[in-house]
Amino acid sequence: MEITFQSLTFLIFSVVTLGAALMVVTTRNLFHAALYLMLSLFGVAGLFILLSAPLIAGFQVVVYIGAIAILIIFAIMLTPQVMQVVGVRNNQWMLSLGLAVFFFLMLVSVVSPFMDEVGVEDWSTDFKEDNPAAVPDDTLVDFGQSIVDSQRYLLPFEIASILLMAALIGAVLLVSPPNKAKAKRQPIYDARDEMEVQQGPSEQSAAGD
Amino acid sequence: MDLNEWVFVGLFIALAWILPATPIVLGKILGPKRPNPVKLEPYECGVETVGNTWVQFRAQYYVFALVFVLFDVELVFLFPWALAYNQLGLFALFEMAVFVALLIAALVYTWRKGALEWS
Amino acid sequence: MTDFLMDDIGLSHALAVLIAQTLGVFVVAMFGLLWTLLGIWIERKIAGRMQDRIGPNRVGPFGLVQTIADMVKIIVKEDIVPRGADRWVFNLAPILSVMGVMLLWVVVPFSAGWIGTDLSIGALYLIAAGSLGNIAVLMAGWASNNKFALVGAFRAIAQLISYEVPMVLALLIPVLMAGSLSTQEIVREQHIMYAIAVPLTLLIFLVSSQAEMGRGPFDLLEAESELVAGYQTEYAGMKFGMFYVAEFLHAFTAGVLTAIFFLGGWRGPWAEDVHILGFVYLMIKSMAAYFVLIWLRMTVPRLRIDQLLNFNWKFLVPVSLINLLVVAFVWKLIPDTDTINSLEDALLPTAALLVANGIMIGVIGWALRERGRRERARIASIYAQPAAGD
Repeated sequence: MEITFQSLTFLIFSVVTLGAALMVVTTRNLFHAALYLMLSLFGVAGLFILLSAPLIAGFQVVVYIGAIAILIIFAIMLTPQVMQVVGVRNNQWMLSLGLAVFFFLMLVSVVSPFMDEVGVEDWSTDFKEDNPAAVPDDTLVDFGQSIVDSQRYLLPFEIASILLMAALIGAVLLVSPPNKAKAKRQPIYDARDEMEVQQGPSEQSAAGD
Repeated sequence: MDLNEWVFVGLFIALAWILPATPIVLGKILGPKRPNPVKLEPYECGVETVGNTWVQFRAQYYVFALVFVLFDVELVFLFPWALAYNQLGLFALFEMAVFVALLIAALVYTWRKGALEWS
Repeated sequence: MTDFLMDDIGLSHALAVLIAQTLGVFVVAMFGLLWTLLGIWIERKIAGRMQDRIGPNRVGPFGLVQTIADMVKIIVKEDIVPRGADRWVFNLAPILSVMGVMLLWVVVPFSAGWIGTDLSIGALYLIAAGSLGNIAVLMAGWASNNKFALVGAFRAIAQLISYEVPMVLALLIPVLMAGSLSTQEIVREQHIMYAIAVPLTLLIFLVSSQAEMGRGPFDLLEAESELVAGYQTEYAGMKFGMFYVAEFLHAFTAGVLTAIFFLGGWRGPWAEDVHILGFVYLMIKSMAAYFVLIWLRMTVPRLRIDQLLNFNWKFLVPVSLINLLVVAFVWKLIPDTDTINSLEDALLPTAALLVANGIMIGVIGWALRERGRRERARIASIYAQPAAGD
């Protein structure tokens, strides 16, 4: 097995991704778990770069790490009693381990027949760098054209916006104040309060004379 | 071969770790080490801390983060559209306008519902 | 620039590339950091003058050595880690903060042939690197084991992520007009500065950059009179120094980015042939943008967190979205905008966009004035009511 620079980088990124993912589910501190998640996503971004998809790598960092991971952390914070370090409460770890292995084997058995299509002769050798699938030269521009082309991805694109809108409306409904009056805008500074206070001492001094 | 471009980034990340870490480590070495209990207390304007460090986390933060996720994903779609814009027809603009309009509608809904107030 | 080093002394191709890249990395990183020292001095001097005082002038000629003196002082301070703080995360945060800003320098085109690396996704990379800074803030606030630091961090994140939206929307306009994400391409395509074509976008970018950096009117995060130092409260010594450096480096970097995207980067007379001139032009433009940022910081009073967020979501975001659509619309109306190769080609689109921008600014100004009028009428009607004590 030849060690090229590329296979070494692939190895590093894979280890980072998988290792961090493992830490996410095994660490006891929830905040650390969130940070490990970010690290894992970062590893995935690196893998995207290796796959010559820098645009997706960029989106991964901007959206997943920069928005969704932060959202997850905020959601963690909303949970009460989150600071307490929780011990292992689950006694079914053997069953879950068995299930995980089963799913993994299923996945491998489904993906393996496609080895030839992807262009990999043998899993133990590294991917040939000069043998990627026919990539159009200008993937970035092609991506842009594909989402507005009615023959290609226009419909999913518009539906995506509806999906996002639904998500936001749902969240708003969950957190909107039950009392409509609470949401009404109040003047932050009301000068009348101050005027009343000033009248107070002068009244007292007038009464005290 | 566009992977070569990223070598620079990789090396830069490595250097960008070392460069700030060096003065910090230097500071640890050069600085005095006189820990006493008062110094180690978390700062609270001179008063003793009461209670756990967990604060009342308002749902407001979550709403803002969610709205941000929404617009972040919108940006994700806007990027390739803007890139390819020169090669696209005028109709592409209207398609994107529909997309943007839907999200602005979502924003306006959130606004009217009062979920954007910081109260 | 890194190319000529590749005809190296018989070293293998890969190794030569590695060495050349490493040298390039050093040069770019050092440049960024050294310019920060100068930038801090400039900022303090200008800020001083704007506040009718002189600024540092004791240490070294004109106070030039002040920054170095401060750094030395900070290094020898004791490094205090509060009790109960999360050690690893606490230490990582300032490093990540600096790293997030330094990474921006990778795609800065210093001149026609000089750039760290011309990533095909330059503009997107800039935003991705910015996200790293956000994480650093969160880590700092959390790891400090301090209620106020945590609250400060939450507010900071809320502000930072909110203002990322209009900033990116403003960045998309040069991308759209140039048809590329690569920073070098965007500079090359600016036969006329984009600032002249889309001044509203430049404004939006400046304002949201200022907020993204937690500077100027948006500096609630570290306002000395509130929440002490926000998420940085518990940091002592050099770790705080790193946050400080990151902030100023970010400020200068924002100036450089403004220059690249809106002021034409290294473009100028004879910049194509004499590369060093391009570098000089870029620095002049960046300094001009940096000056505007300092000016903004020193002039406008601080905004409250709710004012800040309202301003973003109820004003800036809709305005920048509409701005994007209008610019895109006008761009399509003008023929031949996909092949602008010279100054003459660029004149018509620029003029058309300028007119469109003028109309937009007019409409926005009118809308704001109407709103101001209504606000004043509403408050006047409240005062007109008899007070409770009468």
